[in-house]
Amino acid sequence: MKEIELLLNESDNWIKGIPAAPGIFTGKFHLFVKEEVHIEEQEITDVEEALRSFNDAIERSKYELSKIFALAKEKMGEKRAEIFEAQIMILEDPIVLDEIRTRIRKERRDPAVIVAEEFDKFIVMLKRSDDIYFKERAFDIEDIKNRILRNISRKRWVSRIENDVAVAGVNLTAADTILFSRCNVRGYITEEGGLTSHAAIIARSLNIPAVLGAHSLIERLNEDCCEIIIDGYNGFIIFDPDSRQKQFYDNKAHILEKVNSELAGLKDISSSTIDGVKISLLANIDVTDELLIAEANGAEGIGLYRTEQIIEETGEFPDENFQTRLYFDITEKSYPKNVTIRVFDLGGDKTRLFHKTEYNPFLGLRGIRFLLSNKELFKGQIRSLLKASFNNNLNILLPMISAFEEIEETKQLIKECEEELGLTHRKYKLGIMIEVPSAADLIPCLGDEVDFLSVGTNDLIQYSLAVDRANDEVAYLYQEFNPSFLRVLKRIADNAAEASLPLSLCGEMGADPRAIPLLLGLGYRFLSASPSGIPLMKKIILSVKISDCEILAQDALACKSTAAVETLVDKFFIDHGITIPKDFV
Amino acid sequence: MIEKTVRIVNRAGLHVRPASTIVKTAGKYDADFYISHEGYRINGKSIVGVMTLIAPQGAELLLEFSGKDEEIMCREITSLIEGGFGEL
Repeated sequence: MKEIELLLNESDNWIKGIPAAPGIFTGKFHLFVKEEVHIEEQEITDVEEALRSFNDAIERSKYELSKIFALAKEKMGEKRAEIFEAQIMILEDPIVLDEIRTRIRKERRDPAVIVAEEFDKFIVMLKRSDDIYFKERAFDIEDIKNRILRNISRKRWVSRIENDVAVAGVNLTAADTILFSRCNVRGYITEEGGLTSHAAIIARSLNIPAVLGAHSLIERLNEDCCEIIIDGYNGFIIFDPDSRQKQFYDNKAHILEKVNSELAGLKDISSSTIDGVKISLLANIDVTDELLIAEANGAEGIGLYRTEQIIEETGEFPDENFQTRLYFDITEKSYPKNVTIRVFDLGGDKTRLFHKTEYNPFLGLRGIRFLLSNKELFKGQIRSLLKASFNNNLNILLPMISAFEEIEETKQLIKECEEELGLTHRKYKLGIMIEVPSAADLIPCLGDEVDFLSVGTNDLIQYSLAVDRANDEVAYLYQEFNPSFLRVLKRIADNAAEASLPLSLCGEMGADPRAIPLLLGLGYRFLSASPSGIPLMKKIILSVKISDCEILAQDALACKSTAAVETLVDKFFIDHGITIPKDFV
Repeated sequence: MIEKTVRIVNRAGLHVRPASTIVKTAGKYDADFYISHEGYRINGKSIVGVMTLIAPQGAELLLEFSGKDEEIMCREITSLIEGGFGEL
């Protein structure tokens, strides 16, 4: 058990949520309670005056939203800001506005009451939908309703907060999150929301911690809590920490700062082992803004850019022009470093957009299978990538390959796209994910077929050990140090070397400092992880010898059990005098 | 007056962007425009109305146009919906 869990087990002044953005914050918070706009029906004496007040409220709301829209475009990019454009359109909806005006005239009632009644009708309808996407739109309409009501009562929402505090809320809307970012907010915590919510994305862009989806958060904050700790690595929120907890986190923050400043000094030093073997450290990112964080952490390129996040956030497939701009932007900003862009990896647990239910989604229509059965969509993405590829630094990565035919078929589609675009010179590299056991054994046939390989450990562990790690009953079997799994990794490395194919490893195992000596010993030389993990990875690489790692790997491969491998790894760290603040990844 | 039945083909259904595309397009014409889905009928020039249709992929919509420019309006709106709003 982790040190922190042992410490927390002794008390109950904490809760756990989804660790949505890494970092540690200790300090004060601002509890953001969206003021329930209270309507007290006023008697209307002058209908014209009532109409004027309604019209003014609409105009003011539009003005506010246009400012938020501009700020959002700057912070999150045009596509993600589109949501605000739609909100502005709602404020211009002729049918809704006319209905409200007609009722004010006819019924001679307070505009606030009529606005609330009219909008509530729509909110109820959307909330009734089974579709999460439409349900969420109810919040957007509620947000607009409240904005109009507040403007009718001429109140201001306080989006100005004290500088340098964390913001807590039941649910932070896109507009809230964007507005708080102006006050040097130091962390976000919410009761609702997850990894793809606006708060998570913005927190990662701002490099501040976020713990979301933490149930009963507000109740706990209301119990006279003055100070909190946010642990964005593990998802803990601690209320009024005791001296030991504070000391623990101060210490961790201190170590982290030291590691970071140590790395700041090492940033431009090559990550090589003591015996001079170069290991390349790359970053996994979801948002172009994270490039800066990747760079600051010393990443030598982008090892994985996940494009399905665009769909997850906006709830739709981006059009080709948008995609071309996005891909071009990232290859341009990364140049001369390489960027590996993975095509839409949908299905499995990422099925939100699709109404189809599969009994066994992880063995179903996901990754490349989904794309090959939606060829027009796939070709749109391929064309966008090809158009964005002229800097010669783009790697295209295919997810979930399980059979040779999938590579063949994809290459045929790429060829068609190249012909359509009149491209004759290939300026990209094509690679596949190795995340299905059958792909590991396909490698010997791929020497002339693809340019590189990338191991996705999360899925490969699931498929090799037949464990769904989201299933609490069996999650304990999800073991990256399972010796059988290590043998799979070894076979992949050997096969890749035999076929002369460059091999990288992305996935959480690559960011686990304890796994690094093993991975190096098994033959891995390119590791890709979330930017914040890179400092620790580099520190470990700089303190080991490949020859020692190889001995460790050999011993581990001969082990019978996961426990035996763990013991070997712990011993390795002690013997080589390497300490790792292991709770922070 | 023209009536026309169409089916939503784009995968994500009538979410915010297609809804705003329909409304923006409808706003260019004078004719009245209504959309019905499963018995719920809304004015096609209202973004809130179109959003609350909650029409997923495969949904069948009845479109009604009436006014001087109904024919050309019907053609443009139909091709938008049947073309999947360029999202196919």
